[in-house]
Amino acid sequence: MFAYIIRRVLYGIPILIGVNLITFVLFFVVNSPDDMARMQLGMKHVTQEGIEKWKVERGYDKPLLVNTQSDGVAVLTDTIFYEKSVKLFVFDFGRSDSGRDIAYDIGQRMWPSLAIAVPNLIIGLLAYITFALLVAFFRGTYLDVWGVVLCVVLMSVSGMFYIIGGQYLVGKLLHLVPVSGYDVGYDAIKFLILPVLIGVVGGIGGSTRWYRTIFLEEMGKDYVRTARAKGMAELSVLFKHVLKNAMIPILTGVVVVLPLLFMGSLITESFFGIPGLGSYTIDAIQRQDFAIVRAMVFLGSVLYILGLILTDLSYTLVDPRIRLS
Amino acid sequence: MIKPILLWTDALVFILVTTIILSALYARKKEHLRAPWRQVIRSRIGMATMIVLMVYVCIGLLDSMHYQREINNNGNGGEIHYSAEVPSLLDYFMTPIRETEEKTYSAPFASHAYSRETVQLDNGEQARIYPRLKHGGAHLADPERDWFTDVIGKSASAIMQGLLLWTVVVLLLVAWIAARQSRSFAEMLQMIIKGRSDIPWRTMFVTLGLVIVLVVWCATLGSKYHILGTDKVGQDVFYQALKSVRTGLIIGTLTTLVMLPFAVMLGIMAGYLRGWVDDVVQYLYTTLNSIPGVLLIAAAVLMMQVYIATHPELFNNNAAAADLRLLFLCLILGITSWTGLCRMLRGEAMKLREMDYIEAAVAFGVKKNKIITRHILPNVMHIVMISIVLDFSGLVLAEAVLSYVGVGVDPTMYSWGNMINGARLEMAREPMVWWSLLAAFIFMFVLVLAANLFSDAVRDAFDPRLRK
Repeated sequence: MFAYIIRRVLYGIPILIGVNLITFVLFFVVNSPDDMARMQLGMKHVTQEGIEKWKVERGYDKPLLVNTQSDGVAVLTDTIFYEKSVKLFVFDFGRSDSGRDIAYDIGQRMWPSLAIAVPNLIIGLLAYITFALLVAFFRGTYLDVWGVVLCVVLMSVSGMFYIIGGQYLVGKLLHLVPVSGYDVGYDAIKFLILPVLIGVVGGIGGSTRWYRTIFLEEMGKDYVRTARAKGMAELSVLFKHVLKNAMIPILTGVVVVLPLLFMGSLITESFFGIPGLGSYTIDAIQRQDFAIVRAMVFLGSVLYILGLILTDLSYTLVDPRIRLS
Repeated sequence: MIKPILLWTDALVFILVTTIILSALYARKKEHLRAPWRQVIRSRIGMATMIVLMVYVCIGLLDSMHYQREINNNGNGGEIHYSAEVPSLLDYFMTPIRETEEKTYSAPFASHAYSRETVQLDNGEQARIYPRLKHGGAHLADPERDWFTDVIGKSASAIMQGLLLWTVVVLLLVAWIAARQSRSFAEMLQMIIKGRSDIPWRTMFVTLGLVIVLVVWCATLGSKYHILGTDKVGQDVFYQALKSVRTGLIIGTLTTLVMLPFAVMLGIMAGYLRGWVDDVVQYLYTTLNSIPGVLLIAAAVLMMQVYIATHPELFNNNAAAADLRLLFLCLILGITSWTGLCRMLRGEAMKLREMDYIEAAVAFGVKKNKIITRHILPNVMHIVMISIVLDFSGLVLAEAVLSYVGVGVDPTMYSWGNMINGARLEMAREPMVWWSLLAAFIFMFVLVLAANLFSDAVRDAFDPRLRK
């Protein structure tokens, strides 16, 4: 088991190197730091001195891969590739283009993101499983048919409509909760209710339909027929046998996104003005702060790989048939 | 003089349409390809949604035929200059709506502007009133008195005209079907009304009726009012929503198609050849997959923006730049979304290579590339088909989100995402400006819902596991 984990972590390294190379090529080879500086400083009135100053301030004035002017190890280390890309491997994110410490900002902003994402996930999971079980219990009836139709209709609505509609209905017409904003401590709760609620409602269509398929697939198996043949009530078949076995695909699907919860949701956070990592990323994209985008790409990949490893581990925990070797 | 212009995406759209028509002609001859499509044609939901999708496709195609108008220039030494504007056929049909611009917001069917304005009255005094619109309800003598009767009267006559047109179309179609099946007209009509025909004609006719009535109604009222209001600069929202159809369709289709050859080839090769090819392909898609999609798109689009901004000489007009950006967005979206299909095809190819008929082919000494193209490719096409159709709706919705983030299509391009983005800030106004948002959401919703239902029908027909 331990050896397996070590091996999986090692497998992750070439992937991270690949991610790093992709971002490096995108950010420094396709466009030179000069282009970035010109873009940041405004296209029209920009002097060569201004560009040089901008580059020196942010450490973009070094050669890309090989520094022929230094000697020793510095030939390789005193370069943009080493400073900006290799250092990401030890989670040294450096400073953003506006001069702030990225690692500190991430540490600060991950909490509001988690405060939305975790309740959203838990409440959502409970709600979707309940609905899917209900629909699966009445399979073949009109409730099932119309339930699925309703799911498809809900799935077809843009996620932004849920947010805007929810803000208008709950926040503006009913005045139940503030439309957007954030606060520290327990005061944050009143700001969190609406985003979590909308997040859960927005996912109902797709998730319920997906879980229903899982339940139905499980219900077609032999052991369910055996249980019914022995005269078990349909409800206890559903809860004791089907639910337990269907939890395997459901849980493993959830585990893979667990680490990514840190990253927050871009759209939700920016609509509700919540200072999480999602709105941090969106701001960076809109301000064209390349250092932050680079850091977030790397962080996202690390978390994704972590999610894959956790998924494999969770299989062994919930499914005794699987042994890792 | 008019000169047709072929933008990059136009060319790809026409290639796509030709391919679809050619493959349809090919599939007609092969029984095993006809069978699943016959099942789609016989499903009621499939055909009803197909009609709705066809309406969108027609709007998109009309909007993909661009041209440039010659500018009136005398004494230029015989040199011909063209206007910088690149309108499409859709623009041509909608010229009255496109060219009458109001000053600012106005509500749907309004005859007066949304905000007050200071005007000089006849007697020299100044007053703050809601000014009349230039286009919306301009034909009314006294809007307060006539507006309601005018809207109702025009709607009623439009619906009547629509129904009349529909009746004619339906009767002609029924006569044609009856002739083809060599039945009498009355018999065929009775079969269709009772819903006993093989193909769900009744459902199709009802959908067609709704579509025709809606189109006639929009055309009639649209020529007198802004049926979905106007936006901040006074442009008709209905026109914007129609123009956005093309953007949505292009993102939904081209994205999957630009990367399709790579996904199919790499997936099958990894699954069939195994060994180092498999390792390389797996590494490739795991790496691409591990970058959060929206961040990779954002990074690539940011870089493209820098590139476009620093190389203005490469783009001769705004339409071409916006078009290239759209194409590039499709490419980026394609790069982030081909991995799922590739992984599925790899799994399927791994399963197929153990099949008896492949082993037989190997034993007969068939070459590897022949086995792949002849024996494996046709047997994974249903997966490709299902994945194209399933991806479509997700991509249409993704466009809106990306435009909101600021890494979507060009801000000057018409798209539902840009409409939502522009209108979102006006939510706080009193009274609220809701029409732009609602128009974009409804147009998107209808398209995505139709695509979702249609893709379900296609999946049911093509997925061998679901076939009874």
